Amino acid sequence: MAKITVDGLSYEVNPDNNLLQECLSQGLDLPYFCWHPCMGSVGACRQCAVKTYRDAEDKNGTLVMACMTPASDGAIVSIEDEQASAFRAGVIESLMTSHPHDCPVCEEGGECHLQDMTQMSGHNYRRYDKLKVTHRNQDLGPFLNHEMNRCITCYRCVRFYDDYAGGTDLAAQASHHHTYFGRFEDGTLESEFSGNLAEVCPTGVFTDKPFSEHYTRKWDLQVAPSVCTGCAVGCNTTPGERYGSLRRVVNRYNSEINGYFLCDRGRFGAHYVNTDNRLRSAKDAAGMTLSTEEAEEKLAAVCAQGAIGIGSPRASVEANFALRCLVGEDNYYSGESAQNHEALQWLLSCLEDEAFSCPTIKEMEGADAVLVLGEDVTNTAPRVALALRQSVRSEATRLAAKARIPSWQDAAVRELAQEAQSPLALFSTGATRLDDVASTTLNADPASLLAAAKAVDVRLAGGSPDYDALIPEASSGASKGETMQAVESVCAALIAAQEPLIVCGSHAGVELMRVAASIARTLSALKSAPCALALLPAEDNSVGHAMLVRPQNTLAAALTKLSDGAASAVIIIENDLTRRAPSAAVTAALQAAEQVVVVDHLNTATTRAATLALPSTSFNEYESSRVNYEGRAQLSFQVSQYPSGTKPVEHWLGVDGALHSASLIARCSAEAAGFASLPKILPDALTRVAGLKVPRQSHRYSGRTAMNANVAVNEGKQAVDENSVMAFSMEGALLQQDASVLASPWAPRWSSNQSITKFQAEVGGELKQEQKGVHLLTRSVQSAVVEPDSHVVSGATDPATKGELGVHFVQQIFGSDELSAHSPAIRERLCDAYVALSPPQAASLGATTGDRLVISGTTTELSLVVRTQTPDTVAMIYPGTSAAGESINALDLPHRITLTRAPDQEAGAASLGLAALIVGDAVFSHARAAEE
Amino acid sequence: MQHKLISSSSSRVLSAAELEEIDHELTLYPTKQSVGLEALKIVQRHQGWVSDESMHAIANYLELPLAELEGVATFFNLIYRRPVGKRVILFCDSVSCWIMGCEKNKARLAERLGIGYGETSADGEFTLIPVPCLGDCDKAPVMMVGDTMHRQVDPASIDALVEGPGNKAFTVDKVGGDE
Repeated sequence: MAKITVDGLSYEVNPDNNLLQECLSQGLDLPYFCWHPCMGSVGACRQCAVKTYRDAEDKNGTLVMACMTPASDGAIVSIEDEQASAFRAGVIESLMTSHPHDCPVCEEGGECHLQDMTQMSGHNYRRYDKLKVTHRNQDLGPFLNHEMNRCITCYRCVRFYDDYAGGTDLAAQASHHHTYFGRFEDGTLESEFSGNLAEVCPTGVFTDKPFSEHYTRKWDLQVAPSVCTGCAVGCNTTPGERYGSLRRVVNRYNSEINGYFLCDRGRFGAHYVNTDNRLRSAKDAAGMTLSTEEAEEKLAAVCAQGAIGIGSPRASVEANFALRCLVGEDNYYSGESAQNHEALQWLLSCLEDEAFSCPTIKEMEGADAVLVLGEDVTNTAPRVALALRQSVRSEATRLAAKARIPSWQDAAVRELAQEAQSPLALFSTGATRLDDVASTTLNADPASLLAAAKAVDVRLAGGSPDYDALIPEASSGASKGETMQAVESVCAALIAAQEPLIVCGSHAGVELMRVAASIARTLSALKSAPCALALLPAEDNSVGHAMLVRPQNTLAAALTKLSDGAASAVIIIENDLTRRAPSAAVTAALQAAEQVVVVDHLNTATTRAATLALPSTSFNEYESSRVNYEGRAQLSFQVSQYPSGTKPVEHWLGVDGALHSASLIARCSAEAAGFASLPKILPDALTRVAGLKVPRQSHRYSGRTAMNANVAVNEGKQAVDENSVMAFSMEGALLQQDASVLASPWAPRWSSNQSITKFQAEVGGELKQEQKGVHLLTRSVQSAVVEPDSHVVSGATDPATKGELGVHFVQQIFGSDELSAHSPAIRERLCDAYVALSPPQAASLGATTGDRLVISGTTTELSLVVRTQTPDTVAMIYPGTSAAGESINALDLPHRITLTRAPDQEAGAASLGLAALIVGDAVFSHARAAEE
Repeated sequence: MQHKLISSSSSRVLSAAELEEIDHELTLYPTKQSVGLEALKIVQRHQGWVSDESMHAIANYLELPLAELEGVATFFNLIYRRPVGKRVILFCDSVSCWIMGCEKNKARLAERLGIGYGETSADGEFTLIPVPCLGDCDKAPVMMVGDTMHRQVDPASIDALVEGPGNKAFTVDKVGGDE
């Protein structure tokens, strides 16, 4: 700790930080633009000028940039000094010369960092009356608007997009007064994290396009703390609602998980809740609409008859638990595919194993050697990919510390490190979007990857000297020599590392997950400390669902029970079974069952097969909890009221206590193994100020008494929310300190999202009274070591069978997630199902990218994408999504297929084509591209 | 690196002469990406300007992101991203030349060629671009036409320039290449 004096008052500060960070951490107001806690300081905008003084005798002082000056012990600083204030006012005046006077029509207005800073700097009157620079804006795709005239050239956009997120298609162009931030030409921004530009930009150059198409000012949005349902990471979000529709999702700061950034699936995918594809009313077998009472009667009859239940990884803990209560634990079945169910059982055992630790996203950023096995994290858990991209900078941080350069000196640290990076090894079947920062990439068929991973384990353990015998001579993709080299470099990196990290996931298959755990176990023995092991499940509540299900109660068992007639009725919650099991098995089971009750908020193939379909609420319409990949339970609050006719699953199922979420959570913690600490996610009622609830609406919420005037002119009663600590009201305790129920930060003089610094104990650190969720599982046991079985790995082929290819499934950030694919903005980024082949394989079929191929023995036709990093014996298949375009049920395909060129014919009417596909290694014939 | 599956604008093939010069530069720098600016200069020397197609070709050849290469190309005023005339007139209108009456010369250029700053004459011969200084203030007003420096320019020498090269009415000094 160091002591500094700011304007005569003394503060205890962290000397590792700079003056700007420390002024903000101490709650002082100091304007800035180019600095960002995740991106450090470059001293570009000159807005945070302060005076520093040599000693008490020094009356003149020196103007310095606070962001470039360490908060060293004994520093004497003045923010309020007349010269410093005048300097800051002059800087902002010159930054603003070409800024348009368009705040009333700008999406950023009311939450604009530039507005806040202009006011704070005292630049009230614009003297510049000359011609302003005007720019041509670009079409940046379905996610973002571009309005370059508003730019103040702080360079934050490219520092985030290029330096932090690894994007390559946005760059600073031209110079001085003409500086332009854009692409080479109009077109979709390629980075999976482009949406963050809307929050990173201090003004309205990059704004959320779906939001501005149906716009509401920040203060008119009804908000509540929520958790993203896009993948298993569980990023914290704040959805905003107005007039009954979801308008946008923004990042909600969580110091351990998402920090300041979301991925585009999370930010733009939630709009599915507004679509026409919602199930809005109860329906019977004939598709006739039922009233709520009729539906409840029918459901009661089914329950009286006795039914089995099928849960879901995309339904909340409460919904799954309510179903388990209703049908009994014996009759409660997994809603996961066979592969995922097995993977999750393994994942749960690893979460309880004391040999491992499960890293938070923040901890992943600090790893100094990473091995990713088989999982394409950019497409399955995108926020993890962004964290791994930061991890390669650990070496730069280490070098900087050695050279005594503060880590926040961004330009200096990059200059020092040059190309030096911490090791990141990617073992994957095809190319990934992290390849550009990887120190080692091994592309091979899944069986060869498994063999290579085993070789890493054996080599690390130091036991068998002939580990190279494990590596097959003939692997497609990488030669034995290349594989050996990759194994050697991975082992060297992991042994040298202080904080090694192993990443795998259910998409990579349970066998590879077992080897991942085995490697982590070997490392933890070597280093005598738990090794970080991140096993990523597929969906937002995969872990919570798996914790409630008995291991033997698989989906296949439930379907067999129905088709055998051992059970005649089934209740399925928020699950489209055609995504989980082969179509034939699902159809047979649902046809055999007398009663099929499906509770869901979307219309799916499964709700269409229901004898009773009941409409449930989407994630933003009720309070619920979910368990992420770490076993961390998080509470997501209700943002808006239920649409009429819909109810949460647990209310439909009507078990004891279900109407009150706290009592259902209490019951779950008492009855379900592993959930004992679940009630800790509930906010403490005693923290309320003077007994007041927390308002969902801002203190400036407008039109409350008029917003329903199109229906009736009398002023309706405010909706009452008895269950929650939050109220559908603008009245209540305005949060200034307590961050445990903080949806939308705001502080006097700070209207933008930058106001989060006012709620942080230290800038970029924890929130005061932060609710970070609760880790449900405790580590106590050594899980059994299970030897992986390479024979069951998909993609293994018999080289004797000519032309036969192993099937490996590809994930896409836009499309592989069931719900987000229905969002209108995401739909514009979807592509059709496709099969990717290596150039030699494609040549042997006489086909090129865009051609149609048929899977022999079936009528299934897929478009071809030739990808250079595909192993020769593998067909990488993206099955598409039923939300739009061509799709297939992945589980209907055999493990091995042969392909032939389809007779020339037009693609189907529902075809989306492949134009939206962004992959690093695609090749296509130039002649063909020119034709298009 | 090519990321998008289908790109909306296409590439051209770099000529053997261009490639030879670029390959020579590659031997002088530690990484391929460092050669971006030199490659732009080489292509401009051969083509007169740098078209979108040339940008694609250079980016592909040097494995540089297009947006980054565009950042370099647009940062430097003398890399032309739009077609220019056969000869580019770099016209100094900074203080010394202004004192010595460059305005009259500019007016004469407009009168004879019908072009202002940033414009190309109808016959495609001349493009007029202002520059802040050419470092020859003692012989102001000055301008550069192609690689040739013109000193103590007056409206008569503008006429001579327009009517044809080789006229002895104005001073001509050949200056070296662009280094």
